[in-house]
Amino acid sequence: MKDVKVLGPGCARCKTLAEMVKQAAEQTGVAINLEKVEDMAAIVGYGIMSTPGLIINGKVVHSGSLPDPKKVATWLQEG
Amino acid sequence: MELENTVTPKISNQKVRWGLGISISTVAWLLAYSNLQLFADFMLATVGLSRETALGEAVHFFLYDTPKVLLLLTGIVFIMGVVQTFFAPERTRALLSGKRMGIGNVLAASLGIVTPFCSCSAVPLFIGFLSAGVPLGVTFSFLISAPMVNEVALVLLFGMFGWKVAALYLGMGLLVAIVAGLVIGQLKMERHLEDWVQAIQARADQGYESGSMNWVERAEAGLSHVKEIVAKVWPYIVAGIALGAGIHGYVPEDFMASFMGKDVWWAVPAAVVLGVPMYTNAAGIIPVVEALIGKGAALGTVLAFMMSVIALSAPEMIILRKALKPRLIATFAGVVALGILLVGYLFNAVL
Repeated sequence: MKDVKVLGPGCARCKTLAEMVKQAAEQTGVAINLEKVEDMAAIVGYGIMSTPGLIINGKVVHSGSLPDPKKVATWLQEG
Repeated sequence: MELENTVTPKISNQKVRWGLGISISTVAWLLAYSNLQLFADFMLATVGLSRETALGEAVHFFLYDTPKVLLLLTGIVFIMGVVQTFFAPERTRALLSGKRMGIGNVLAASLGIVTPFCSCSAVPLFIGFLSAGVPLGVTFSFLISAPMVNEVALVLLFGMFGWKVAALYLGMGLLVAIVAGLVIGQLKMERHLEDWVQAIQARADQGYESGSMNWVERAEAGLSHVKEIVAKVWPYIVAGIALGAGIHGYVPEDFMASFMGKDVWWAVPAAVVLGVPMYTNAAGIIPVVEALIGKGAALGTVLAFMMSVIALSAPEMIILRKALKPRLIATFAGVVALGILLVGYLFNAVL
């Protein structure tokens, strides 16, 4: 089970990213525990400066834009 | 760009495709841009109107300006999308960290033009800067310049009012951001940050470095920037130009001059006060600006209105309230509003 967090204060792109992660997890068959982090102090604590941010098993893999869906799948499989 | 031997065939293939695509697009773009007048004349003749009539003049204005502004927007937004890949917020932060006041403010305001920014990320960005040792005043210079001086505003001003107005807006926007940041820095308001922000500042910074990109990825970023921005703003632009066309054809020249002209001293403060609670992006405000200028309102007054709508907005204040105590927010809004006010008066006096 992989611990995946989507960081963002509830903007449109953050929701889209959460959906992308869900789809990628279904397609790759990787079991994930998805959590949306909306608390500002927690977001900032990860050291990212632009949302949405994507954290897999405690590691920041992406921030600031919507990533390529293929990359999301790769990160899920690697991380 | 030379192809390196080490790149995989797939990447070099993409490079060729992008190179070709960009070359063809550039030629097509230049052809289209140099034939705008012909296109508008031809279309007008096709629908059987003449520029002698008010309707014909209005339709011609619309047919000429819409493709022109959309072409400019697409081109500039693509270029900016590529440029922005060189200025991720993390990079900008590294450039600004440890900079003194003064030079730091100038740099921060300039970087505000090229760093991608969305007001929903204002707080993480703000704190990311502070925690890396960027002074508060320098951080504010960035935070003021980033939303206000952006490529969409500049392209629209250039397309509709010419390069002089665009350059003035760029210069004045930077000036407001630099001076307001300097003032806020001088006021030493660090203790008016929320307590949790001060705690984070004291903590060691755990930076995130985004990986380096190749040119294909940068071009892709440019293209997705175009899709995102142009898809969002084109309805405003078409609406704005349609409105402008109507005014161009029908409304008497000096309709607005009596109450938004140069000689009305209270027009500038009224414009700023009206603009603060309003919130829209640069594209959304253009229809209004077009309408006001078209009816003879003074340029300084209109630019002050535009700046206050874009740079000071109630939603952004609410977001920033999570990190700033009320006094710092009030100071920020006050200093920026004052700066915009002065710009408005200056424009009206000079032009």
